[in-house]
Amino acid sequence: MNGSDVAVQRGMRPASDQPKSASKPWRLSADFLFHKATVFAAFLAAATLFAIVIAITYDSWPAIRTFGIWRFLKSSEWDPVTQTFGAFPFIVGTLVSSAIAMLLAVPLSFGIAVFIAEIAPAWIKRPVAAAIELLAAIPSIVYGLWGLLVFAPVFAKIEPWISDHLGAIPGIGSLFQGPPMGIGMLTAGIVLAIMVLPYISSIMRDVFLVVPSSLRESAYAMGATTWEVAWQVILPYTRSAVIGGIFLGLGRALGETMAVTFVIGNSNVLSSSLLMPGATIPSVLANEFTEATTKLYLSSLIYLGLILIVVTLAVQFLAVLLIRRLGRREGTPA
Amino acid sequence: MSVYSVHAKRRVIDVASKILMGAATLVGVFFLFWILWTTLKFGLAGMHWSLFTQDTPPPGTDAFGLRNAFVGSLILLGLSMLMGVPIGLMAGTWLAEYGFRSRTANLVRFINDIMLSAPSIEIGLFAYAIVVAPMGHFSAFAGSVALAILMIPIIVRTTDEMLSLVGSDMREAAVALGAPAWVVITKVTWKAARAGILTGILIGLARITGETAPLLFTALNNQFFSTNLFRPMANIPMVIFEFALSPYANWQQMAWAAAFIAVAFVLVLSLVARSFLGKVQVPK
Amino acid sequence: MTHEREQGFRMATVPISIKPPETAPSSSAAQLPVKIAARDLNFYYGKFHALKNVSVDIRQNCVTAFIGPSGCGKSTLLRVFNRMYDLYPGQRAEGEVILDGENILNSRNIAQLRAKIGMVFQKLTPFPMSVYENIAFGIRLYEKLRRPEMNERVQQALTKAGLWDEVKDKLHQSGIGLSGGQQQRLCIARALAVNPEVLLLDEPCSALDPISTAKIEELLFELKKAWTIVIVTHNMQQAARVSDFTAFLLDGQLIEYRNTGTLFTTPSDPRTEAYITGRFG
Repeated sequence: MNGSDVAVQRGMRPASDQPKSASKPWRLSADFLFHKATVFAAFLAAATLFAIVIAITYDSWPAIRTFGIWRFLKSSEWDPVTQTFGAFPFIVGTLVSSAIAMLLAVPLSFGIAVFIAEIAPAWIKRPVAAAIELLAAIPSIVYGLWGLLVFAPVFAKIEPWISDHLGAIPGIGSLFQGPPMGIGMLTAGIVLAIMVLPYISSIMRDVFLVVPSSLRESAYAMGATTWEVAWQVILPYTRSAVIGGIFLGLGRALGETMAVTFVIGNSNVLSSSLLMPGATIPSVLANEFTEATTKLYLSSLIYLGLILIVVTLAVQFLAVLLIRRLGRREGTPA
Repeated sequence: MSVYSVHAKRRVIDVASKILMGAATLVGVFFLFWILWTTLKFGLAGMHWSLFTQDTPPPGTDAFGLRNAFVGSLILLGLSMLMGVPIGLMAGTWLAEYGFRSRTANLVRFINDIMLSAPSIEIGLFAYAIVVAPMGHFSAFAGSVALAILMIPIIVRTTDEMLSLVGSDMREAAVALGAPAWVVITKVTWKAARAGILTGILIGLARITGETAPLLFTALNNQFFSTNLFRPMANIPMVIFEFALSPYANWQQMAWAAAFIAVAFVLVLSLVARSFLGKVQVPK
Repeated sequence: MTHEREQGFRMATVPISIKPPETAPSSSAAQLPVKIAARDLNFYYGKFHALKNVSVDIRQNCVTAFIGPSGCGKSTLLRVFNRMYDLYPGQRAEGEVILDGENILNSRNIAQLRAKIGMVFQKLTPFPMSVYENIAFGIRLYEKLRRPEMNERVQQALTKAGLWDEVKDKLHQSGIGLSGGQQQRLCIARALAVNPEVLLLDEPCSALDPISTAKIEELLFELKKAWTIVIVTHNMQQAARVSDFTAFLLDGQLIEYRNTGTLFTTPSDPRTEAYITGRFG
């Protein structure tokens, strides 16, 4: 084992861990201060997560005390006049819009990831990958603007078709009946899907590339088609990271504010149709926060925020865990 | 089923799946172009010179002006960078130069990865709780705090990764000369990794440009020109929010123009960052 | 056994060129003072016992070479001399290394130690700065000099390393833009700029072409007049060319340490002979 082998293992410790030196004390204190400054910064970066949860819990305490937990979660009454607040419509709205987004985005992302990783010829790969990632760069408010002023009017023309055809299916038909306003739960789900698409597809593509080429090549060598390799070899191999990526997309969808606020219609009443307006926790926060007149009103809104952050943190915790697990196995950070 | 028809079936599935996946890609690219195209079209239509020289007009007039919003956004972004970059840089340095792969360091990285995707509205609520509520009123400062919190995880991650890429040989060479740790890190390692670190800062900046939710309860908006950090300040995202939902034609046009400028700014930042980094990457 | 020795003799005399007699160290070289000495030195990478009771005297103003197969501990031994292992937790040294009467393993002021003992690495490591700044970096750690004085010191260092003429017009260009051989001489200049007494070189030429290698070997002849030099090399011919004394290490043990001429012509240990005749490597 010679010096350069040793140097490769990154176990370096800073010289400031030397025993205290009588001469050149100024150097020691500069090292000491610098080290402490970096520790402090790292601590701040990590502690912020906990500080966020604590601060939001603290500020929602008046509402928690007043409404408790189960009552708040189950109640559909949101009335600033009588000062009774319940989270149910917003929880449902958040979950439904995110579910629609995931139902649309996951298959699309999978298709895009496999297309870029396996199917596309080399000259298409780079630009297409860049294009998909550009979707993530567009600010969410631009999605909202476009969603409301461009997409919704177009969608409003499609909605009668949906109403007539999907609305006629017995059982789930009531989900698709409603006036063709263009905005509503379904529109919000679609816009969310486009927003979340680049994140999921990007992670999928990254992990697909991590699959050892020997594995892929031996599958192709047996005569497997592209689809079979993707579905039966690559996907199972990267399964946990793919699920992690999906969770990551879900976390984003749950917490997305501006795009949803523009196109969801902002109705605090629970409706049975996806074509009707609704509300999500972020959208009601965006709309009503600055108009909350009483302390209880404000606290209830923050209580909604608490519910949201608990859910999204749980989802993202799982996501990071799953993605890192594959990375550790392969030795590459995801 | 004969062997031939099994083969045929597999071929059909393969071809069909390829078409579907190509179609999925087309869908993604289609929406991208649709959004960019309409932003360009309506944005350019709403562009006037006065956008940069006049402030946002009150409702009902025909004027065009976004000066206070541009200035306000620049101030907000600048202040967030002032707060976020040093913390992100030093935290990333701790991870790469002191923490390495220890349990604590990996825990910090894990938490940081979660923070990367934290909903921006929650961070806005947090900034409200710790800055606005105690202060008693909305402020640009609170908005910058929220944006800085959004920016830090990205800078931490890229700094950590870029510093880790710098070979130990260069560090050893500096140490062999007798340099103390802080000199090695700041004068040699940071310098060696500076392209990557700058890229991280640019990506962080691109991320917070156009972020609206964190400003909803912190910096709010201001229809007048103001540089007071401790009061609400006009900014592009909130102006877009307000103007887009209004019934006034000139306000809507200005919303598009502002959106166009925001998107152009972000795209330029991303392109510059990407050319630095040389590979296609998006902070997740 | 005798037959083997004869075989070894023949093979030993053919491929290896010995330095011309007038520069071969005479017995008086053995009377040169000892600059740095290891005594019963043991070194561990975690649990791995990398150096086993190594004792060696490095003489002043000589070039001493450490040779041996990969993994024998020659670089490890070199890196003990400037306490480079301090950077890595889990690596530790036991025993004594005496420099100017003091056991440096217990030394408190390591920065000062490292100023006295300079090191040049196998991998070319110019700092991401201009040529001038590369040299000034080390000087600034210890002295506050004004511009004219700094200029002079930089020039001195570059001249001693034989690089001044080639870079005097390029002082403010990046060090990374130099050729391989120039970069290594830059690293040597950088190490010399802080006025060390000992210069350690860890396989300095393995990344260089033969012409650059020859230039650096010539340089070592010059440098040893003022400095004590220890060089680790896997190239036996190089060791034979440049060094006055050679130490052969195997599996963490010092097998033989002799006057270079003697070691390569009449090695006393069969293992040394086996190595230098290429039976293993």
